[in-house]
Amino acid sequence: MDLKEKLISSFYAYEDHLQVTNQVHDVKVQAIKDFETLGFPKKKEEAWKYTSLNKLLKQDYNLFAQVEDALDYKEVKKYFIHEIDTYTIVFVDGVYASQLSSTTHDKIDACLMSSAMEKDKYAHLLEKYFNKIAPKSGLNALNTAFARQGAFINIPKNTVADKPIQIINFSTGKENNLMIQPRNLIVVGENAQVEIIERHQSLSENPVFTNSVTEIFVEKRGMLDFYKIQNDTHQASLIDNTFIEQMADTHCSVHTFSLGGALTRNNLEFYQKGEHSNSTLKGVTLIEGKQHVDHNTLVHHTQPNCESHQDYKGIYDEKSVGVFNGKVLVDKIAQKINAYQSNNNILAHDDATINSKPQLEIFADDVACSHGCTIGQLDEEALFYLKSRGIPAKEARALLTYAFANNVLESVKIGAIKKRINKLIANKLNVNLGFDL
Amino acid sequence: MLKIKNLHANVEGKEILKGINLEIKAGEVHAIMGPNGSGKSTLASVIAGKEEYEQTEGEIILENEEISELEADERARKGVFLSFQYPVEIPGVSVTNFIKTAINETRKAQGLEEMPAKDMLKKIKEKSELLEIKRGFLSRSLNEGFSGGEKKRNEIFQMAMLEPKFAMLDETDSGLDIDALRIVSNGVNKLKTKDNAVMVITHYQRLLNYIVPDFVHVLMDGKIVKSGGKELAHKLEEHGYDWIKEEMKMA
Repeated sequence: MDLKEKLISSFYAYEDHLQVTNQVHDVKVQAIKDFETLGFPKKKEEAWKYTSLNKLLKQDYNLFAQVEDALDYKEVKKYFIHEIDTYTIVFVDGVYASQLSSTTHDKIDACLMSSAMEKDKYAHLLEKYFNKIAPKSGLNALNTAFARQGAFINIPKNTVADKPIQIINFSTGKENNLMIQPRNLIVVGENAQVEIIERHQSLSENPVFTNSVTEIFVEKRGMLDFYKIQNDTHQASLIDNTFIEQMADTHCSVHTFSLGGALTRNNLEFYQKGEHSNSTLKGVTLIEGKQHVDHNTLVHHTQPNCESHQDYKGIYDEKSVGVFNGKVLVDKIAQKINAYQSNNNILAHDDATINSKPQLEIFADDVACSHGCTIGQLDEEALFYLKSRGIPAKEARALLTYAFANNVLESVKIGAIKKRINKLIANKLNVNLGFDL
Repeated sequence: MLKIKNLHANVEGKEILKGINLEIKAGEVHAIMGPNGSGKSTLASVIAGKEEYEQTEGEIILENEEISELEADERARKGVFLSFQYPVEIPGVSVTNFIKTAINETRKAQGLEEMPAKDMLKKIKEKSELLEIKRGFLSRSLNEGFSGGEKKRNEIFQMAMLEPKFAMLDETDSGLDIDALRIVSNGVNKLKTKDNAVMVITHYQRLLNYIVPDFVHVLMDGKIVKSGGKELAHKLEEHGYDWIKEEMKMA
């Protein structure tokens, strides 16, 4: 039995035990049918040309992990942004870990998808938002069918979340190979604001395959800043599907820091549904070994007078592979759009590869759209400059890497995240520069 | 301080330096002049240890130690400094953090502890005053958006902080207005002691009115073709290089 067959038969065996509303159940039953038809993406599909899932799909996975022991906070503290006060929603092998979490139902809801699916008081939100923007794809359908757990965040109208919210998915690897499918739903009400940090972290060397779907709705004048920290082990693979719908006068940003993982695929899609909405997509990718990071982005401008800014930087060492596939779609009525896309890459090794493919599809005639893509090496002249001041080659390379990634880090609004990313980068480059950049 | 013997160097396979001999003693200022493309900047880069420039023959001896085989950063830590004609921009790294890193890496290599923050601040304050650098300047990203004058002033500030034994100034006067030129040369003169040495590369006599050389060398086609005192610079300013070419033909 291959993975697809196993998933389908598991669905029918387990779905009946779940306590979800009828409406959610119906969506899930439809989803497994969709998955049956669509299956996993294949390499011949244009969007999957440079990323093959074959190796991942050949493995056998445990789909329903049993968590036996609770994790000790002290052991995993370093994976939290613990320097600042936050709400935390933590899962271990896909199961909610209450002792590591700090949720709330006070002014905002920062809690669990499972409770949102079960409780009547959230039924209207689920009906309005659950599975509404995730496009019909095999991976999304699969996640929907298996959606049991994840974060549910609801920021009511005119409310500013009093602290950032962290969503952390740990996998312990006790089940040997594990497949987890977190499902998050985030609703930012009118004139509401929230900052979210998300991290997937494997704690073992066993393979983990995560297929995550996050749907985000931002109502009029809402603001969302989302930070994704991807710094996982060489055995952990992640397909992150994140979809954001923005109404009028909204500001949304997603920063993705891809610093490690076996295979990481980010399907990040923004749908602007109201005028004067502003979308920012930024990313730093810094990988080595045989790691593979694929950023597949879409910004769909369906209304006039909107903006989007994309800035992805990548540094690829050894035999690592990067993919950037950035699509900007401007509908005919979406005049006066300002869309900017930039993808700059450094190949630090002869064996490293980057496939960069910007795509602009513009049907409006009064727009300012630009894109640029560069692939190069660290500037030898700059390296010489730093070395001529007594800075050794390794440190000089690290400084130039920082300088290269700098404008992505600059727009990070939470200082503790900026510091953490700098530290992760410094660790990766094996330097200690003795100061925070 | 620095002895160069029969130095030959190639850039991209082409021989640029064709046998340079030069001795610079502690306490001296030497000026290197010469037409465009004569090899002045190449000479400075080869001494500083730029990898792409291939030294094919000869010796570079800094205080009795042959340094030809050393990396640029190792040479720097031994006291070689090059003020760049075109300093590189490093966004996100402040002038202060950059210079702290440079100093502490040098100390680390010498087996010393990092410089205490208090001493570092004191030194930064002292040296920035010498170059009339405002405080705000030091927290800006290194060379990013700096004017030509600010870049050069920043180069000499770094020199002041690192206190090299042997400093090379590559066209430090280019792009400077008269005030900046005065500040920069004043800085260099104040840093000059009997224990260090300076090599000034310039096209123009103008800088040498401020930084007065003990010796002037004319570099042409990869060789030093004439050496003299500071009056040689005046003669070059007045008559250009053609008379030297004539002399060479006669000889």
